[in-house]
Amino acid sequence: MITFMNNSDSEEEPCNERTSLMSAESPPVPSYQDGLPASEAGEVHAHRKRRAGSSRSHNNIADGDMSDPGVPVRESALENEEEELTLKYGAKHVIMLFVPVTLCMIVVVATIKSVRFYTEKNGQLIYTPFSEDTPSVGQRLLNSVLNTIIMISVIVVMTVFLVLLYKYRCYKFIHGWLILSSFMLLFLFTYIYLGEVFKTYNVAMDYPTLFLIIWNFGAVGMICIHWKGPLQLQQAYLIMISALMALVFIKYLPEWSAWVILGAISIYDLMAVLCPKGPLRMLVETAQERNEPIFPALIYSSAMIWTVGMAKPDTAARGPSQQTWDAAEDGRENHQSPSHTDSQMPETRSPVPTRPIASFEELEEEERGVKLGLGDFIFYSVLVGKAAATASGDWNTTLACFVAILIGLCLTLLLLAVFKKALPALPISITFGLVFYFSTDNLVRPFMDTLASHQLYI
Amino acid sequence: MTLAVFFGCTFIAFGPALGLFLFTIARDPLRIIILIAGAFFWLVSLLLSSLIWFIAVKASDPRDEPLQKGLLIFGVMFSVLLQEAFRFLYYKLLRKAIEGLVALSEDGCSPISIQQMAYVAGVGFGLMSGAFSMINLLADALGPGTVGIHGDSQLYFLTSAFMTMVLIFLHTFWGILFFHGCEHRRWWEITAVVVMHLAVSGSTFCNPLYVGSLVPSYLLMATAAVWAYLLSGGSAQNLRRFLLSGLQSRASPQPGS
Repeated sequence: MITFMNNSDSEEEPCNERTSLMSAESPPVPSYQDGLPASEAGEVHAHRKRRAGSSRSHNNIADGDMSDPGVPVRESALENEEEELTLKYGAKHVIMLFVPVTLCMIVVVATIKSVRFYTEKNGQLIYTPFSEDTPSVGQRLLNSVLNTIIMISVIVVMTVFLVLLYKYRCYKFIHGWLILSSFMLLFLFTYIYLGEVFKTYNVAMDYPTLFLIIWNFGAVGMICIHWKGPLQLQQAYLIMISALMALVFIKYLPEWSAWVILGAISIYDLMAVLCPKGPLRMLVETAQERNEPIFPALIYSSAMIWTVGMAKPDTAARGPSQQTWDAAEDGRENHQSPSHTDSQMPETRSPVPTRPIASFEELEEEERGVKLGLGDFIFYSVLVGKAAATASGDWNTTLACFVAILIGLCLTLLLLAVFKKALPALPISITFGLVFYFSTDNLVRPFMDTLASHQLYI
Repeated sequence: MTLAVFFGCTFIAFGPALGLFLFTIARDPLRIIILIAGAFFWLVSLLLSSLIWFIAVKASDPRDEPLQKGLLIFGVMFSVLLQEAFRFLYYKLLRKAIEGLVALSEDGCSPISIQQMAYVAGVGFGLMSGAFSMINLLADALGPGTVGIHGDSQLYFLTSAFMTMVLIFLHTFWGILFFHGCEHRRWWEITAVVVMHLAVSGSTFCNPLYVGSLVPSYLLMATAAVWAYLLSGGSAQNLRRFLLSGLQSRASPQPGS
């Protein structure tokens, strides 16, 4: 799910943004996760965070509140400013999501194309028990649909379980679950991945060195993801675990089941986020009622922190300088998990009521960023990876799916700006991706191959 | 083959486009979005034209060689026309986007002009077109093999790379010309772009007689470049001033003019 998180500071704002693009008075939107069963160990380590939030500037509100002395004009100007800022930073937000999604896909495609292991068929997960090795097409289709039903039901059950746990405040259980999952991802899956990469490139490696590498990688990862760490390192780790998870899916989901599951997951995402009784929506609402962030990590955050001039009473002399926006871009890192950061963003506004002029300067900090759930990363990469793995060695299909997913993401963010509420990030992108995969593989490929054999150019 | 050919052909085909991207597009998020959307539009046009060609081929006799050749020619021409149609659709979309950007901006002017959008859209079309033509070739070039061992031209990869480069440039210039024609209602500019595109695609039917396809394409590219430059506000005087000032500043450091 994609949401904008408003990192608004205003105390006067009780409304919690449910990760919407609403005027930033809401406390940061916690991201929810739903459990996603998918490891061969049958362990629940994957949490599909499908929420993205982006924090928006709360300056406007702050300004409006601050400059109380009769500034309705100010507020409307602020609103315009707000909208303009939305758009201005809308493009930036889109790029802030394009880059990690692209990186994740590149890692997955590079691995698929070079390491044979992830394209070999070595059994299936217990969540997709029906085999696709049947002679007839109808039987195969039936098996894949049954596999999908089982997989989606498991996901629904996990999500509902998570929502119930959250509702009844079993926080320790949830945290333990999350920590166990990321532990397994960071250590076990990385070990397997490294092993296969070394095998592919025929690199000799001894166990002590391997242990050292994996121990360092995993320990730093756990700290970065669950506690504090430099923002970019945290982002890198999140991309890596999404890629690892996607590779597991690509390897262990049978062909047709994978496509049907992708389609079904988008529909489920749509319903779970938008229906009033959807588990994800209920999770968000519960979190908002309690005014607290939900779970650490497992949401990719691209937050940057802008430090606007510190609010001090004696800076009244500064006047209406508009320098803050340009001058105050401080690339301080977001050391905490995104949701924590959002909630803990201190808000200090200048107590000086005598400044009628707009003061973005007064705002101490504003965090802007977009958050996208890791589940979205994973399924985007599954789609592109599957296209790379199975499209008859054709790179055009992979490229087409890549562009389609990026455009879907762009459209979703546009819708987010229009509707200003939590939105599922999967449906549009996956639909485009699926359409482009099948059409490019079946229609465009023969055309381009024929053109290439005659060296014709269009 | 292998790495040398791979890197050589990659940089021949995509080097200039990469330079254009890095220096003019990569900094601005709005331009990146326009670029990707342009690539998407080109992709959709290709999809539709392949669909038509596929249906035509399936409905015809696969053993009839002249018919298949004719269908291929028809497919190429139809694809070119469809690409230009989608360029027009993209122009319409960008016009609407500019109005939206203007409405939302605080000082009443859009952060990006239609000319810049035309340029970026052209690069988007060109990059996608080049990528689709070239990427499979590059992947094959990485592996072992001998080019033209069955009697075909030995210069296949090299000429493909040069053709891709010229196509990317051409798409860029056509974007500028096309949008300018649409903006100022000069239909002859639009027609000229379509005719040029048809000519370039048609000239590739001469392959493997590369003189017949590469030389005209490069000449057309030079023409389109000059025309686009003039339309964008450039002139011989500007160019001279730019070059001379460059020479001057290198010869004698001016005290900050």
